[in-house]
Amino acid sequence: MAAAATMMFGQEQMVSSNNDMAPDWTSKEVSTGTTIMAVEYDGGVVVGADSRTTTGAYIANRVTDKLTPIHDRIFCCRSGSAADTQAIADMVTYQLGFHSIELDELPKVETAANLFKASCYRYREELTAGIIVAGWDKRRGGQVYSVPIGGMCVRQQVSIGGSGSSYIYGFMDANYKPGMTKEQCMELVTNAVSLAMERDGSSGGVVRLAAISESGVERRVVLGGQLPKFFTH
Amino acid sequence: MAVTFDGGVIIGSDSRATRGGEEVSSKTINKLVQVHQRIFCCMAGSLADAQAVLKTASFQLNLHSVQMEAPPRVIAAASLLRKLCYHNKDELQAGFITAGWDPQKGPQVYVVSLGGMLISQPFTIAGSGSTYIYGYTDAKYRPHMTREEGLQFVTNALALAMGRDNVSGGVAHLVVITEEGAEHVVIPGNKLPKFHDE
Repeated sequence: MAAAATMMFGQEQMVSSNNDMAPDWTSKEVSTGTTIMAVEYDGGVVVGADSRTTTGAYIANRVTDKLTPIHDRIFCCRSGSAADTQAIADMVTYQLGFHSIELDELPKVETAANLFKASCYRYREELTAGIIVAGWDKRRGGQVYSVPIGGMCVRQQVSIGGSGSSYIYGFMDANYKPGMTKEQCMELVTNAVSLAMERDGSSGGVVRLAAISESGVERRVVLGGQLPKFFTH
Repeated sequence: MAVTFDGGVIIGSDSRATRGGEEVSSKTINKLVQVHQRIFCCMAGSLADAQAVLKTASFQLNLHSVQMEAPPRVIAAASLLRKLCYHNKDELQAGFITAGWDPQKGPQVYVVSLGGMLISQPFTIAGSGSTYIYGYTDAKYRPHMTREEGLQFVTNALALAMGRDNVSGGVAHLVVITEEGAEHVVIPGNKLPKFHDE
């Protein structure tokens, strides 16, 4: 997907002296300080994310696609350092693609999650990567795995991540119920990401969604003007 | 946190005090302090600093009230706190929510932040646990709620925050302040609403 290439703005300046004329973000690393989440429903998963990539205070990309396909029915949501997460996702895409050809069938979501975990844990000291792996496979249906910073891997029905996620823990605890339909999940994810974008300076832009099931991947974008509005005070 | 409803305000807090974020030094501390008959404050930040500031402020508020020969306005209480927080900002680490009812403006909620900013809001949340419920309160708040809706809103929000923040917990203290007076409600931990607690 060409979307991965659009985020290549990461310039780590090797020039150590930062004169007063240059804004401080010219020497900051590109980060996907963000809001990402994934929800399981009967028959698949819904993944969602905001679209803001920042270098310090500058928004390097306001229409980022943080939902990265790893395989036909497996996506990952990336948060943390843009460079680190892109590199890991590229590695896992290659490893999983090779593995799938060997097996001659679609790979398991758990396999993808474990591949992420292997890289994130081995290089835990050097990396800043918080990843949510979500997808569909024929053994267990829709699954969500969380691989936060540090490299643990745990399956959850709902997982939220990124800097904006702190603000929506309460909302998710109150509003998620097991057994929701795909449309209900889409609405929940849209609402949750919008609320987080409202409060987190590092999250914003549009809400990108993807619903993954046996039949395929349905992608949606909720643009700024169409975002749900909540009471502002 | 504090929220206005139709006819009054509800101010609420958890009851946990910790030492260094590791040891719970009190499970049932009451962070809601009455500074006047219909004005309550809740403390955030360093409890020692907050208590010291509140003691000073409530003395000054009482003196002011005697001089004015009238019950103090809610904004008077909030302004005194702001003055203390702003002029001593280098030494203090305390924030306050002031909520109350007065005949001039009815129910009001004010928040004094760490550096000494004072603003009025229809509702406000503060403290370490508040980050987890920004989304919930933004989504759930409606202006002109009834007393019961307000109580449910505060109880749910506190329960959700206590469920995610390790330095918040214990019981939920709520005070409902209206023209009639102030009513203190305590909800023990096991009676708090449960939210899909896996």
